Amino acid sequence: MAGIPHDHYEPKSGGEKWLHSRLPVVGLLYDTLMIPTPKNLNWMWIWGIVLTFCLVLQIVTGIVLAMHYTPHVDQAFASVEHIMRNVNGGYMLRYIHQNGASLFFVAVYLHIFRGLYYGSYKAPREVTWIIGMIIYLAMMGTAFMGYVLPWGQMSFWGATVITGLFGAIPGVGEMLQTWLLGGPAVDNATLNRFFSLHYLLPFVIAGLVIVHIWAFHTTGNNNPTGVEVRRTSKEDAKKDTLPFWPYFVIKDLFALAVIMVVFWAIVGFMPNYLGHPDNYIEANALATPAHIVPEWYFLPFYAILRAFTDDVWAVQLVGFLTGGIVDAKFFGVAAMFGAIAVMAAAPWLDTSSVRSGRYRPMFKWWFAILCVDFMVLMWVGARPAEEPYATISLIASAYWFAYFLIILPLLGVIEKPLARPATIEEDFDAHYPAKKDAASQPAE
Amino acid sequence: MFKKLSLSALAIAGLASAAFAAGEEGKITDKDFSFEGPFGTYDENQLQRGLKVYTEVCSSCHGLKFVPLRTLADDGGPHLPEDQMKAYVAEMFVADEAANQHLYDPELEELRPLQPTDNFPAVNSAGAPDLSLMAKARAGFHGPYGLGINQFTKGIGGAEFIYSLLTGYTGEEKEEAGVTLYENTAFPGGWISMAPPLYGDDVEFDDGHATDLSHISEDVSAFLMWTAEPKLVARKETGFVAVFFLTVLSVLLYLTNKRIWAKAKRKDVE
Repeated sequence: MAGIPHDHYEPKSGGEKWLHSRLPVVGLLYDTLMIPTPKNLNWMWIWGIVLTFCLVLQIVTGIVLAMHYTPHVDQAFASVEHIMRNVNGGYMLRYIHQNGASLFFVAVYLHIFRGLYYGSYKAPREVTWIIGMIIYLAMMGTAFMGYVLPWGQMSFWGATVITGLFGAIPGVGEMLQTWLLGGPAVDNATLNRFFSLHYLLPFVIAGLVIVHIWAFHTTGNNNPTGVEVRRTSKEDAKKDTLPFWPYFVIKDLFALAVIMVVFWAIVGFMPNYLGHPDNYIEANALATPAHIVPEWYFLPFYAILRAFTDDVWAVQLVGFLTGGIVDAKFFGVAAMFGAIAVMAAAPWLDTSSVRSGRYRPMFKWWFAILCVDFMVLMWVGARPAEEPYATISLIASAYWFAYFLIILPLLGVIEKPLARPATIEEDFDAHYPAKKDAASQPAE
Repeated sequence: MFKKLSLSALAIAGLASAAFAAGEEGKITDKDFSFEGPFGTYDENQLQRGLKVYTEVCSSCHGLKFVPLRTLADDGGPHLPEDQMKAYVAEMFVADEAANQHLYDPELEELRPLQPTDNFPAVNSAGAPDLSLMAKARAGFHGPYGLGINQFTKGIGGAEFIYSLLTGYTGEEKEEAGVTLYENTAFPGGWISMAPPLYGDDVEFDDGHATDLSHISEDVSAFLMWTAEPKLVARKETGFVAVFFLTVLSVLLYLTNKRIWAKAKRKDVE
């Protein structure tokens, strides 16, 4: 499958040959599992497995939860309490599912930022990157709709605010919003379709994940040096790589086990820490909560959405140029989706020929600021919309766009990259030098 | 690298908790409860006392419509003996008939008697909120310095909120649009429409436990934490088992990983 030369599955017995000539499924599994993987991958390359695990965990717990859940405005909240009190192990299922979403997003953010630092999005992995971004969008949609299902106050008001974003689109906005909600406001029709889509989208994500894996199995993994695996011969490739099984499977499983310790500590001891108390109040269309705060994983983009108020000159300029069609609300919505769009366009915005940030002395600093910027956005996203938070979120949002639209294109031109190792083998050997007196060491 | 990752994960958790600190809230006392922290469990006797306070005082206006009556006998909860639980249910009186029409029996032409399999009755007549989940619907002491550390180690603190509310009346009253409001230091905004429900000595306990305002408020707050999170003890036990076995698994996988990579990294393990 991969462009890297390696051994393929050879059916030996008669039965294997019989199956292989009809359906080469064993060969597919073999090639997938034995893919030559750069041997210098560091601990930031574990998140893919963690994410796959999260998807399976969410689907499995979700299917069982759906057996006990009732998607009706009069019964949804009570049915969640039924799960928490009467269903065997229901409280664990629900807390795992609820906190599983948080783990999913912790992992996806680390996965994305790893890609941004090591230039995993660059040629020839643009398709992997784009599919990844689509998966991320689908995850956000799934998580958002899932949060509506318990039908608490934050569910209801979060849904009202977020679907209201579509209403901001000039011209068709209101029609679109009504169509999405199935009525003039968030109600039973909304809850039903969100339940249906919340069940559907994870399977769409699963399909996209397969394509994501297929894409990077075709190009081969990126690695911390950004230097490609040698494809000149099988022998050369073997010096740069190790098979995925057992080397990386065991490594990833070890990392997953450590992460699971933390995850289970959270589920067992503080399952509501990342939630909002208001969601334990049943939805009430007549009582608006004091602060409508989305889940933590939406906060950075929520901050960008709110940053562009109508006293910002850019908003006023665009409003003037479009004759008032683009108001502050629509500008904010466009900025929020734009923030993800510019990230998706990174392969074409980054002009540097050097892939890994490790060998880019100036890029490193701008990237570090981007990481801080992301955290700052997350923090201001949870703050009320008032000074000084409004100014902070505006500056932080501006940096997000500047990083992708100005800094990445410019850096490729002005930056002098450091010397890179010629091969992955060279990098690996620098970390793990050959023992000088290996022969004289007594066996333990 | 791994340290960095766990630190950033912690940072994310810290940032998220800041969301709770944002609201304009009253003064919440940092009260210690037996169920706080990873090792905390409910105090059976305290829950039973709290049940009594709820039954004799709160239940006239507030329902517990999500709480099944049979769970009063559950291990890890008030743990009433089976016969006491049944006696409690048999004595129970549905004050608000309109709110409990699911109990209507067409043959009797009235509400049927409650069974242990029923939930506590709902009470809507007084316009007071249901208390089943109140202890999870409110946040407690955010400190120190609004950092949320207390919530990280001890829990979100809804019981602290309830305790602070019950003991937070100053005695001041005012009338607004025909409604009497009572000043309360814990309530967001400072004025609440609920008259002080407890004064101290509102109930008597068989075990002779103190019945001053602070003590009975504490008891009923603990009871309401249980109604909101009845599986807390079982959940923490599961957490311990999972953390223990996953730690063992981590160590085994660490050693396996080290062994597998030893040759590639030219390290001698044997």
